[in-house]
Amino acid sequence: MGGEEKREFWRWTESNWRNPDIDWKNARYITVGIDVGSVSSQAVIMADGQIFAYGSMRTGSDSPNSARNALAFALEATDMPGDRMDYCVGTGYGRVNVPMADRSITEIACHARGANFIYGPQVRTVLDVGGQDIKAIQCDEKGKVTNFLMNDKCAAGTGRGMEVFADLLGVSINEVGDRSFQVDEEPEAVASTCVVYAKSEATGLLRRGWSRERVLAAYCRAMAERIYSIVRRMGVIPEFAVTGGMAKNRGVMERLMPLIGLKRMETEWDTQIAGAVGAALFGYALCQKGKGREK
Amino acid sequence: MLASYGYGDGSGDYFITIDTDKCDGCGECVSACPAHVFVVVDEDPNDPLREEPVAMVAAGKRKKIKYECGPCKPASGRPTLPCVEACKAEAISHSW
Ligand code: SF4
Ligand code: SF4
Repeated sequence: MGGEEKREFWRWTESNWRNPDIDWKNARYITVGIDVGSVSSQAVIMADGQIFAYGSMRTGSDSPNSARNALAFALEATDMPGDRMDYCVGTGYGRVNVPMADRSITEIACHARGANFIYGPQVRTVLDVGGQDIKAIQCDEKGKVTNFLMNDKCAAGTGRGMEVFADLLGVSINEVGDRSFQVDEEPEAVASTCVVYAKSEATGLLRRGWSRERVLAAYCRAMAERIYSIVRRMGVIPEFAVTGGMAKNRGVMERLMPLIGLKRMETEWDTQIAGAVGAALFGYALCQKGKGREK
Repeated sequence: MLASYGYGDGSGDYFITIDTDKCDGCGECVSACPAHVFVVVDEDPNDPLREEPVAMVAAGKRKKIKYECGPCKPASGRPTLPCVEACKAEAISHSW
């Protein structure tokens, strides 16, 4: 094959990381959480309930390989052999197809638990905007779910919707947020966040002379309103935290937070690993209860 | 836990909520519902450390719940819903 590769604007940065302060050799239990989402997959390796390493990458064509690749990517950052792990929990959209998992646990449970870890025990409401669903979760100080509502009927307002849109406008997914604020005046939201309609609506607006920034602003606003309608239905108890890739999109987040009327919590961790963190923590809890793998 | 299954769209919100703290997994709702909306599982997948049976809305019904429940919800006059009536624990509620 020759020629120039087509630029894909939706692509976000894949990354892996290892915690330099942890030596896996000292750990009693190494547990792994693997979150195979519809758009991205993460593997988090924990040493006695602390994050030792992780890998985050795009989901490939099938769940088993995406899980293997994400774990291999996390291991790459370490000097630990893969067979050292004591227990593995799969979560996410592809959770039942994670070949190395000892069991699977829903994203709802894992995101609450993961948010409790990366944001701290004050978090009571978790919003996760995944590749193709929106989840609103309330949890207690231990990260146990007390109330949840999930909308996965269509891709409207989700990560996948945003990718399609970024690609359509030829704007890199990492720049969507900043570019959407490069407007003289905030436009009204586009009428629909439905992926199919938004496409034709955006094309129409561009033809009428709207700048790409203005179209982005209108779309980010629509996404924020869509997400808000779901969060509002469940109710928000502070503190409020956002997990998943959409937490990094300031175009949507800075339009969403005034609607909610709260500040969102901050974290130094990558918000995309929350689900896998929760999964690895469940694995750790099971090992501690003596319900880990038989040795 | 209040577990809400369903969706919201332009026409409204359609969620069935099960209070898992009240539900004991008796399964009465499963047999009462003509549309087979409910299933009882041995362990709540959203609360994996609890290990008690609990009712859920079947995965295949969540995205079309408005239509599944249509026959139980005539446009005028609302009879008691079979699922709500069957649940002695009063664990089931509907948002619409
Ligand atoms: S009838 Fe009520 S208590 Fe029994 S399984 Fe259904 S929801 Fe649970
Ligand atoms: S309203 Fe009717 S169809 Fe809907 S869940 Fe209840 S019994 Fe089933």
